[in-house]
Amino acid sequence: MLLTLTSTADHATDLGYLLHKHPERVQSFDLSVGTAHVFYPEATDQRCTVALLLEVDPIGLVRGRRFGGDALSLAQYVNDRPYAVSSMLSVALGRVFGSALKGRCDARPELVGVPLPLEVRLPALAGAGIVTGLFAPLGWTVDAAVRPLDPELPEWGDSRYADVTLRGTLPLDRALSHLYVLLPVLDGAKHYWVSSDEVDKLIRTGGSWLAQHPERDAIVTRYLARKRGFVADALSRLAELDDAPALADETDAADETDEAGEIEAAGEASVPLATLRRAAVVEQLKAAGARRVVDLGCGEGMLLRELLADPSFTEIVGADVAPRVLEKAAGRLHLDRMGDRQRERITLLQSSAVYRDDRLAGFDAVVLMEVIEHVDPDRLPDLERTVFAHARPRTVVVTTPNAEYNVLFPSLHEGGLRHRDHRFEWGRAEFAAWAERVAQAHGYTVAHAPVGEPDPGAGPPTQLATFTRSEAPA
Amino acid sequence: MTGIAIPELSLVALVGVSGSGKSTFAAQHFGRFEVVSSDFCRGLVADDENDQTVSAAAFDVLHYIAGKRLEGGRLTVVDATNVQRDARRQLLDLARAHDVLPVAIVLDVPESVCLERNRNRPDRDFGPHVVRRQRDQLRRSLKGLAKEGFRQVHVLRSIDEIEAVTITRERLYNDRRDEHGPFDVIGDVHGCRSELVSLLERLGYVVTDDDAVHPEGRRVIFLGDLVDRGPDSPGVLRLAMGMTATGHALAVPGNHEHKLIRALDGKQVKIGHGLAETLAQLERQPPEFTVAVREWCRGLVSHLVLDDGKLVVAHAGLKEAYHGRASGRVRSFALYGDTTGETDEFGLPVRYPWANDYRGRAMVLYGHTPTPEPEWVNNTMCLDTGCVFGGHLTALRYPEREVVQVPAERVWYEPVKPLVPSAPVCGGDELDLTDVLGKRVVETAHHGRVTVRAENAAGALEVMSRFALHPRWLPYLPPTMAPVATSPLPDLLEHPAEAFAAFAADGVGEVVCEEKHMGSRAVLLVCRDAETAARRFGAPAGETGAVYTRTGRSFFPPALTEQLLGDVRAAVSAAGLWDEPATGWLLLDAELLPWSVKAGPLLRDQYAAVGAAARSALPAAVTALSAAAARGLDVAALLDRTRSRAVNADAFAAAYRRYVWPVDGLDGVQVAPFQLLATEGATYHDRPHAWHLELADRLVAADPVRFRPTRRLRVSTSSPESVAAGVEWWASLTGDGGEGMVVKPAAGLVRGRKGLVQPGLKVRGREYLRLIYGPDYTEPANLARLKDRGLGHKRSLALREYALGLEALERLARSEPLWRVHEPVFAVLALESEPVDPRL
Repeated sequence: MLLTLTSTADHATDLGYLLHKHPERVQSFDLSVGTAHVFYPEATDQRCTVALLLEVDPIGLVRGRRFGGDALSLAQYVNDRPYAVSSMLSVALGRVFGSALKGRCDARPELVGVPLPLEVRLPALAGAGIVTGLFAPLGWTVDAAVRPLDPELPEWGDSRYADVTLRGTLPLDRALSHLYVLLPVLDGAKHYWVSSDEVDKLIRTGGSWLAQHPERDAIVTRYLARKRGFVADALSRLAELDDAPALADETDAADETDEAGEIEAAGEASVPLATLRRAAVVEQLKAAGARRVVDLGCGEGMLLRELLADPSFTEIVGADVAPRVLEKAAGRLHLDRMGDRQRERITLLQSSAVYRDDRLAGFDAVVLMEVIEHVDPDRLPDLERTVFAHARPRTVVVTTPNAEYNVLFPSLHEGGLRHRDHRFEWGRAEFAAWAERVAQAHGYTVAHAPVGEPDPGAGPPTQLATFTRSEAPA
Repeated sequence: MTGIAIPELSLVALVGVSGSGKSTFAAQHFGRFEVVSSDFCRGLVADDENDQTVSAAAFDVLHYIAGKRLEGGRLTVVDATNVQRDARRQLLDLARAHDVLPVAIVLDVPESVCLERNRNRPDRDFGPHVVRRQRDQLRRSLKGLAKEGFRQVHVLRSIDEIEAVTITRERLYNDRRDEHGPFDVIGDVHGCRSELVSLLERLGYVVTDDDAVHPEGRRVIFLGDLVDRGPDSPGVLRLAMGMTATGHALAVPGNHEHKLIRALDGKQVKIGHGLAETLAQLERQPPEFTVAVREWCRGLVSHLVLDDGKLVVAHAGLKEAYHGRASGRVRSFALYGDTTGETDEFGLPVRYPWANDYRGRAMVLYGHTPTPEPEWVNNTMCLDTGCVFGGHLTALRYPEREVVQVPAERVWYEPVKPLVPSAPVCGGDELDLTDVLGKRVVETAHHGRVTVRAENAAGALEVMSRFALHPRWLPYLPPTMAPVATSPLPDLLEHPAEAFAAFAADGVGEVVCEEKHMGSRAVLLVCRDAETAARRFGAPAGETGAVYTRTGRSFFPPALTEQLLGDVRAAVSAAGLWDEPATGWLLLDAELLPWSVKAGPLLRDQYAAVGAAARSALPAAVTALSAAAARGLDVAALLDRTRSRAVNADAFAAAYRRYVWPVDGLDGVQVAPFQLLATEGATYHDRPHAWHLELADRLVAADPVRFRPTRRLRVSTSSPESVAAGVEWWASLTGDGGEGMVVKPAAGLVRGRKGLVQPGLKVRGREYLRLIYGPDYTEPANLARLKDRGLGHKRSLALREYALGLEALERLARSEPLWRVHEPVFAVLALESEPVDPRL
């Protein structure tokens, strides 16, 4: 990966003093991230360009398991890291131009802090969409030429890479600190972070200008996302086996927002829909007098936390099909440091809606909160049987999005679904028909309730149905 | 000399005071592990066989051990005093809990002898009052032992008698494992003599008034409910009694026989459900016939275990834990089924659908609940098809599993409840979480026991539940395939020479090289029609099969899947494959092209993206380096390297572009079948690949647009010329950018000295491997390191998955229940999440 930085100031070759790199020499540095080469393609009084070329060793990276690398991920060899600007370039920048970054120039101290007309070129930069927002507030003009994904397959459109040129008049140390901090932020959704103290260092470096940056929160959030590391587990391995992109990234990104990575109505500064939904479910459970409750598809345990907080729920089971999610739920609920009495009230277990599970039988209530829309329609009958015929609690509470309401989400294109894993979303009539059929087939009665502020035309954002067992199975 | 005969499976309680010689007696007559002694258990928990303070803990251990033995169906002898009623009560409960017969053997020895023996044992320091108290307790117990619930009580009253006694073991009445058939198992007859005679004749029997003989020695098994409701219960009884007397039939009783005995015994019974008709009909028979009927019915055993335990018959079915057991509840289950105590809207008892939970290996045949069609549920079948209500009289040929029916001549008795499936139709075979979760060991016919680790099963459960098709459509998942050993040639990672050498070393002389298509592995399950799909696979309306990936995902949305299946069906018909052998469905192993159909997002988001990044970065780097070189800086080596990488990046883009071609709906989609996996009742992994490929060629000939041929070359591994031709062929395939080839033993499944031989080795092309190892893998410094790759785990995994796949196919072909077919399929998916280098 390559970065060039050009000064067009008078006595442009003074750049060499500031960088502590002689324009007539070629230097190489062995770094943890690869081999960095520094050389000057041009060096005249009018124009002086320094190039930082980082040679990444893709095989060494995989085999060395550095940067959170996982030798078991197929993605590791076929990867844009050798080419595209990433956090690794930032690391190289910090190591190779460390003194310049700190604003030290013992030989020519008078040069430090003098604004220079600068031009920075990053020929393969991912994140073209946000680069202007990051650099323009800092005094750069940004010129980004988006590259096609494949010139021989024009129907595939643009890639996420742009050939970016930044122009501005800034002191060199300031310019370098912008790059040092913001390049990792631009580094797509991938986590090749080095260590957590590296993060601290970055935040220190960006301290003075980062505080005023309009995108400060986004920048900080994206750092923190890096820390999580690239976790390849059984699931992502299987996804790759099926030639699907690894899942780790998207799920990691999702849990930072809503528990389901779900779209929220824009501009609605009031209570988030997820909170309203949990409150509605708890209300239904209490109204039904349920004390022993199963949250089927509990995810990371947001509802479980609320149930635990209410002593009227004496036995709580959180069940989910994803072992990784259950681990997270255990962490979020702090099961390991819970008191014995409290700990006895809750059980987490892996279950699947499409296999019968005796452990779910005999409870007062089963909650299916935002679950049915994640099940393929042809496997929904299995879920119905598991819950209504086999577990057969007195009360079943189901929530699901109201598809009619989707038109009110500005960010959702027409016909789009609220979450990429949703297999379907139903309008009120479809949900009511399903609920009625299920209730009839299994001897339940059903009552509906809205969740969230209903729109006069489209209805509520979330729909809820409470099923109450009425008779022995037919 | 006294002889005692005890049931082979029983819980034997020795009863006798301290010093009566129980342990010596037990050691003489029973095996070392058959005897569980309370003293030994005291030792286990407290290091002292005589520590009376730990009795409670010691008996906990004793009961636990005895329980485990009984659960496993093993005779168990409890060596403890057992003089207290409460102690015996616990043993009786234990026997009841495991449905085995409780037997008491009492050693009634004079007090003086006991005292003398105890005196000679310094470790027994308790006083004579203890023995005296125990003798009192024993004397008070003696009379009531049988009443307490012991099915046999043997009292040995003297030292002589104890020393002279012999103990023999008798097999249980229900144990007929030495009867191997073949059988014709007949469901509820209910007095329909005429239909019974027709059915017997259709089955090939020569029928007289009171006997029926099969020329090939086949025998009938009557599943009970011979009587009531129908026109001629005595006639049916005469035939059945005659056949059992001559050994031409076996029979188990039904609840109607049970009630008939009670009525004939003069007990108070409610005369309903057609009993009145039977009693009236018997009135017209000579009285001695009625006496014979009563005796015969009384002698029937409620269930039978036959054919080395492979077949169990009982009127109302029997869950696995009750097979070969004897207790009141076993009998009641066999006669009445698993009743819930509730009644339905017709006033009939609600029965728990035990067959849905059945996971036993024995086939269970039963009647009792009239169903419109006999249907396999987890290797069980109900053969009561309501003949007396105007349905059919049904027999199942065993072991052929063939249903033979005759229709009722008329409605003999109006049913209370219409003849409809008793449970809501749910595909019959339900899967339970315990079928897949946790550490599992799958028995495979070809590779022994394959272990699935719990964490891998957990991962697979998520994929199976969230992304895969319904298990009914996934009777098979293809195994992973090992690559060839790493080539020693300087600029190649893989080369065919190693494949030929490996097979030669395994003693495989003839191999077939098959072109590796540039697509995705696909399994196609295609049914001849919707009716077959519904009947055989429990398919919902509108589904006639599946087209799925190696992790069980559907390639296409339902409408496109059906469209593709339609094309496949047409080609199968045109090629005449439905009839050789006759089958209603086919399972095909294939490649589906282009790869971009499945891997579009991967190609765009990963491969093309890497290409785009490289195309952006490398030319800029070359320009900068060239400028530096022009200035006289020494960047020559770096410039060369960077130029070479730019060339690699272009080659990489060229490699992935071959996998992309435009597809609109199914236009442009091609299927390249290369193996027929299974049809009804048959698997084909022992057929030569030439046979499979010839079959594939016929499909291609039938529809050359949808199907694509697989190029192939036969190679003799011992012939240098033939091997050279094979190498040449691979070079030409991959020289054009092809993916490579797979080398397989020509004969199909082959076993070598060390067991299964790899079913295939892949030899991938140099350019294709850029997609696997990255654009720059061919750089000498990179290639040298990549050659250091361990293949052992991958090979072992490939064999285990191959064996699991074969196991699934064989279970499918044998029409085993869904959970049995699903078990190895799930295991393949679980093994695929084992940590193995995915580039291999």
